[in-house]
Amino acid sequence: MGRPVRRTAPNTAAAFAARRGLEGRLIEAENLTRKFGDLTAVDDLSFRVNDGEIFGLLGPNGAGKTTVVRMLACLISKSSGSARIGGLEVGRPADAMGIRKSIGLVPDNVGLYEDLSAYRNLDFFGKLYECPPAARAAAIERFLRMLGVWEKRDLLVGTFSKGMKQKIAIARALIHDPSVLFLDEPTANLDPEASKTVRDFILELKKEGKTIFLNTHNLDEAQRICDRIGILNTRLLAVGSPTELEEAVGGRKVVVQLEEVTDHILAALKEGPARPVVREGNRLIFDVVDPERENPAIVEALVRAGGRVQFVSRLSPTLEEVYLRHVRRLP
Amino acid sequence: MNLSKSWTIAQKDFSIFRRKRSIVYSLLAFPMGIALGLSAVLWLVVHRGDATYAQLGPLMDAFAFFFTISTTTISTSLAAYSIVGEKAEKSLEPLLATPTTDGEILLGKVIAAFLPTIVSTLMGAVVFMIIVDALSRPDLGYFFYPNWTVAVFLLVAAPLACLFSVELNVLVSSRVTDVRTAQQFGGLIVLPFAGLYVAGELQIIILDSTTLLKISAILLLADAVLFFLSRATFQREAILTQWR
Repeated sequence: MGRPVRRTAPNTAAAFAARRGLEGRLIEAENLTRKFGDLTAVDDLSFRVNDGEIFGLLGPNGAGKTTVVRMLACLISKSSGSARIGGLEVGRPADAMGIRKSIGLVPDNVGLYEDLSAYRNLDFFGKLYECPPAARAAAIERFLRMLGVWEKRDLLVGTFSKGMKQKIAIARALIHDPSVLFLDEPTANLDPEASKTVRDFILELKKEGKTIFLNTHNLDEAQRICDRIGILNTRLLAVGSPTELEEAVGGRKVVVQLEEVTDHILAALKEGPARPVVREGNRLIFDVVDPERENPAIVEALVRAGGRVQFVSRLSPTLEEVYLRHVRRLP
Repeated sequence: MNLSKSWTIAQKDFSIFRRKRSIVYSLLAFPMGIALGLSAVLWLVVHRGDATYAQLGPLMDAFAFFFTISTTTISTSLAAYSIVGEKAEKSLEPLLATPTTDGEILLGKVIAAFLPTIVSTLMGAVVFMIIVDALSRPDLGYFFYPNWTVAVFLLVAAPLACLFSVELNVLVSSRVTDVRTAQQFGGLIVLPFAGLYVAGELQIIILDSTTLLKISAILLLADAVLFFLSRATFQREAILTQWR
């Protein structure tokens, strides 16, 4: 195990937000817009990211995800609107250094120095972030051990696989213990095992209190690890938790599987608390508003009508359906 | 400006240069080639009886100017790599995301190209002077090198010319999108210095220590202007969004 990093002043997202008196909002954007000539890359984006949460920006290629991250990381300017990170104003030159010190960035291209070793890459960035030597060395060891690449620390990065490079890039973004971590497609082009390692590591960082802003077009990844998701296609089309997004599109539905659906059962249900909207063989699908209150009543009505209930399950549209409906503007 | 950050960037570039054979070879080959080639020319002229070392004194002084030209040539390949190379390796975005100012980055790049160039050039010049002194001392009765003119060439004009070349190349490399284009544009810097040498040989100007100090003063001013110009025109956003 690596030596623990000693932190005299914890730089967690919560601590950062508390210092700024932000009541939990670490990133805020209001009407954020970026144009490149006649092309509007990001249009009128408003959202907030709470401290300690994983916020996923989900969208197709060219949706403007990278542009959003670059604006928030003070790499490119905004055309209009405003954004704040930890109370610091994005786009105000006096705040740019403060923002850069408090964030870590993993761009879509890892951008490591291939002719340097993994250790040397991290050490270089640690120096630029003004990490003291002892803390720098401890952080490098800690993250390389956590990511399983400590034994290869002295090898040139150019000899590494894509997955290993991505791990080093993530370690690089964390070397200065930032409050916010921006990850731009962190698992793109990785094999399933490397993707899982990266996802698990992101969840570990969340446990440590880091706020994570994740750009992805991987729906499964977004659903698995994000607390909230914004669907972006130049404009922000929807935002909410995966469950909220699913329910907003499809409503709440309950499926009841019976041994046999008889005419008697269907007739009895007409008098009961809920009517099935769809019958699929021996499955009945009900619209519900408050499933915890309505489901027992439905089951009771079915049993009273002579039905033998086998399963009761929730039926929701998948995040993929939600995403496609928004991005393709389907009804 | 935090100079330690600039030095950190320069040290990182030194480490990368050491791994790139083409850069190492250009650093070693050019000054050594000049040292050995010019020594051979002098020896051949004297050996054939066309002139004595005493008669070749002005030429031996003028030959030192080749090392000034050498600094502008060698630094081109290093400086052209500095910004464009980072972009080509996609490493510029994470670098620009650090709390490092444009001035710190540019100064780091200037140091990274300047120091290896000057060290390798001085090494070549020392080799040249040792060989020529060894050849000419029996004829002259004294060591021709070092002398004031060569000292001004190597310790004043060459570093300033090198700095001028490095800054111009860094400026060019932050405005173009590939290393080759940067090197082609940057390579043009050698022309005014070659022109000065030719003007000296044609005796349009006299390349003595006084003239060299005047040229050096102009270079010093140009170096300062170029640094501020490169800082003013260094646009992170254009580099990130317009380069492909």
